[in-house]
Amino acid sequence: MKIYNPLHIVLFALLWLSLAPAAHSELRIEIIGGGANQVPIAIAPFKAEETLPEQVTAVVAADLVRSGLFRIVDSGGLTAIPAESAEVQYPVWTARGADALVIGSVAPLPNGYWDVRFRLLDVAKQLQLAGFAYQVTTQQLRSTAHKIADAIYEKLTGDIGVFGTRITYVVKQGTRFELQVADADGYGAQTILASNEPIISPKWSPDGTRLAYVSFERKKPIVYIQSLLTGSRMVVADFNGSNSAPAWSPDGRRLAVVLTKDGNSQIYLINADGSGVTRLTSSGTIDTEPNFSPDGQWVIFTSDRGGSPQIYRVPAGGGAPERLTFEGSYNVSPRYAPDGRSFVFIQRNAGNFNVAVQDFASKQTQVLTDNGIDESPSFAPNGRIILYATEIRGRGILAAVSSDGRVRQRFSADIGDAREPAWGPILKSQ
Amino acid sequence: MRKPIFIMAALALLAGCASQDTKEQAGAAVEERTPGVGDKKPPVAAKPVTAAPVAKPAVSKPIVTNPLKDPKNILSKRSVYFDYDSTIVKDEFKPLITAHARYLAQHRSAKIVIQGNTDERGSREYNIALGQRRADGVKQMMLLLGAQDAQIETVSFGEEKPRAKGQDEASYAENRRSDIVYAGE
Repeated sequence: MKIYNPLHIVLFALLWLSLAPAAHSELRIEIIGGGANQVPIAIAPFKAEETLPEQVTAVVAADLVRSGLFRIVDSGGLTAIPAESAEVQYPVWTARGADALVIGSVAPLPNGYWDVRFRLLDVAKQLQLAGFAYQVTTQQLRSTAHKIADAIYEKLTGDIGVFGTRITYVVKQGTRFELQVADADGYGAQTILASNEPIISPKWSPDGTRLAYVSFERKKPIVYIQSLLTGSRMVVADFNGSNSAPAWSPDGRRLAVVLTKDGNSQIYLINADGSGVTRLTSSGTIDTEPNFSPDGQWVIFTSDRGGSPQIYRVPAGGGAPERLTFEGSYNVSPRYAPDGRSFVFIQRNAGNFNVAVQDFASKQTQVLTDNGIDESPSFAPNGRIILYATEIRGRGILAAVSSDGRVRQRFSADIGDAREPAWGPILKSQ
Repeated sequence: MRKPIFIMAALALLAGCASQDTKEQAGAAVEERTPGVGDKKPPVAAKPVTAAPVAKPAVSKPIVTNPLKDPKNILSKRSVYFDYDSTIVKDEFKPLITAHARYLAQHRSAKIVIQGNTDERGSREYNIALGQRRADGVKQMMLLLGAQDAQIETVSFGEEKPRAKGQDEASYAENRRSDIVYAGE
């Protein structure tokens, strides 16, 4: 049988071994709206999954629903639950309106691991679309469920799944600030850094092993890099004046940062070990919020050189900046889409701050949110979702909108204000 | 860092030449001009100078106040406020900035940090840059008035450390501010 492709995903767990103890807060997710053409999919309970501490299929279903691209078809009331292709009675699923069906099983292994298997079936064609087996620890069951959801998502949409990725954000609770990392579904939040002074602008290294951020713990903004593997942290930029707005180069070897050591806020490039600082922009005005293009050739940034904050781009090797936004008097916080063809930013419209996307080729702008106080947008690594911070009744929450504007999610922390989100990369070891 | 400054101020005051005049005086500044400090009873809120080990004052001697902390002294005023989206220093704050510039000119070992702040509206990082510009504007004025570049570091807190927590114009106005903080404070 060639349908199963055994995978060992022990590496995935290593990332978390040395992190701080789990924080008390979790993020709850609320979904608003939905895609125009949702795929009706049935997910049969996996054989013997009731023996697990957590149901794998519940995590898979929640992931798919959250994407807005799927509608879960009821799989209850079956006389016999299919675990293998031969056991599937296709007319039952056709009658229930399912286009796709997920079946699977769970079994304990002698070494303490679990054998988790699933198959994705096309109900109309009565064909298998995908099938994988995983040997994992109990702690890895949840990440395995995300991998299954990713496989289903990729097969049925043609896009890369991001259910197994993570997000970072800052929670403010009273006078306490915590930099946290959680799964993309808000589960498993871990505090990476706690401080009584503000923390802003966390940015993932391209390999997902480090965070760069700005901390005010020494009574001024200083840029740090912290390893998620070891928890160790180092100062990257602590020059006279303010040090802020870190952005990783795609190769992870350099950062763009904003320094004021020579006067006004300007963009500099610096090695990730804090050496070799060179100036990238030279204006008498504000240049800030740099972000590298995915190919590393450009740096996009915010500048008020034209009299109001607008978005510009400059070659990463230096050169003349080119203005990109012209509508409105306040366009800030640009971030490239993963394919480099567009960028997301915040546009002020009549006192509201909205998430907008501008296409490089057509120069067309689409505003994706309304009547909000939105901040800090960033793309999911598949480019389909934009994560940002907003406020509801004076409380900071995280929110996400699909890049077509159709599906929205809200992530609310149990306690405190959530802000400054950034979506992490797809890990190579996955 | 601050002890030498206090000792210099203390010596000047003990000489009995302190002016009662709270108004800024033009011309070359000397120690005795440290304004607002009388040779009688200090205000209750004023903290006595922490004496150096060698200089234990006798009980009967007048207690010396720190001009930077004396509420009657303009040097105790530390905040410069700005209009929305503006980094222009308004005329009403020029005496305050002038006084601190003179103090720095007279006390070359004194150092300050000017902390720029903004209200909460808009991008956090852009507000860091706006707050920086507000701090830099105050610094430039102080340099013209005789302070030296090495005495002043400008940093920005952007919108991150609001003094007023409300979401109304009065709170926003309170938070559009540059604060002057002396080294060691």
